[in-house]
Amino acid sequence: MADTLQFDLVSPERSLASFQATEVQIPGAEGDLTAMADHAPLITTLRPGILKVVGKDGTQEFVVTGGFAEISAEATSVLAERAMPVAEATQEVIDEVFAEFAAARETISADRQDALNKQVADLNAIATQLGLATKSA
Amino acid sequence: MPNLKDLKNRIESVKSTRKITKAMQMVAAAKLRRAQDAAEAGRPYAERMNSVLGGLAAASGGSNSGPKLLTGTGSDQTHLLVVMTSERGLCGGFNSSIVKQARVHAQELIGKGKTVKIITVGKKGREQLKREYAENMIDHVDLSDVKRIGYNDAHKIAHDVLHRFNEGEFDVATIFYNRFESVISQVPTAQQVIPASFEDTADEASTLYDYEPSEEGILADLLPRGVATQIFAALLENGASEQGARMTAMDNATRNAGDMIDALTIEFNRSRQAVITNELIEIISGAEAL
Repeated sequence: MADTLQFDLVSPERSLASFQATEVQIPGAEGDLTAMADHAPLITTLRPGILKVVGKDGTQEFVVTGGFAEISAEATSVLAERAMPVAEATQEVIDEVFAEFAAARETISADRQDALNKQVADLNAIATQLGLATKSA
Repeated sequence: MPNLKDLKNRIESVKSTRKITKAMQMVAAAKLRRAQDAAEAGRPYAERMNSVLGGLAAASGGSNSGPKLLTGTGSDQTHLLVVMTSERGLCGGFNSSIVKQARVHAQELIGKGKTVKIITVGKKGREQLKREYAENMIDHVDLSDVKRIGYNDAHKIAHDVLHRFNEGEFDVATIFYNRFESVISQVPTAQQVIPASFEDTADEASTLYDYEPSEEGILADLLPRGVATQIFAALLENGASEQGARMTAMDNATRNAGDMIDALTIEFNRSRQAVITNELIEIISGAEAL
């Protein structure tokens, strides 16, 4: 049994990572999950969160917002709308996403407001974890 | 016959034009490389997105309960055309070929009694379409301040389009852009984005996935992203095509300027020779008369 899986992280603008990993911790919309080799095929949407990849060169962390992950026995592909290594996630980047959510609030229907509030909370959780300033919804 | 001084001035002016077109060609070549790289980098995301959405759509296909973005509103009375052109001119037939296609499409729809609404992206298309379809234009997206097209720009356009769709402003959306084939060939393309259509890339033996949350939940979440991705891909293709078209156009212009300079130089030399001959004839006949 293979003990590694092919991990790919792509955003619309570039491909951020592609290597063999032993485990991938994904912030799924319904809760965090860890994909390892021979995981059952699964497609899940993402919530804003931190993606951790354990490869043979240690653990890498990425901040992702929105998108989905496609998990199969041999490979895990994460397609994130916005993705960056944790080191690049500065206050400006976080603020930008906050601003985007605030703008989205104007236009979405009432039944989606809850989902948006949840995303803002998720984003605040990332900000706290990274030691950055949070924003109230 | 133009006198020598005029000719000389013309040659000088064509020479400086040639310098400008040459410079523009080189700038376009550099930008083309960057645009091509960007288009290349965006491809894996778009392909994955398409194949997953295609799989999902096929799975929930047939049922009319699917999201409106996939199944449509049940009518096709109002059409939205998103026409993507460049912000700058001097790129050969790039803009006019897109506009031409959009115009044919619009004519056809109007002929069938449909309502047509137009959103233009890029200044050049708006200028060309304004004359005929001023009352159909509902919005314009200005990208002239954008140096490098990012996903954000596409996201904004998609957001606007989806918002209008949810408000029931249109039933079918089509985007128009130039697909980048090669430096010398760009193909004007019309692509329907709403209701979403996906090329059937899912092979028969594709794995059966579990979905989290439900299939419908994922589809509802991903379809808007799919639209944004398609728009982003179109913008990138368009960007690369624009630079390619400009490069070709400027290359032609540079060559034409060269030909013109040659022709003018020959004319200049001939005129000068004619003047000299004339003067000689005058001197000789003057001397003979003595």
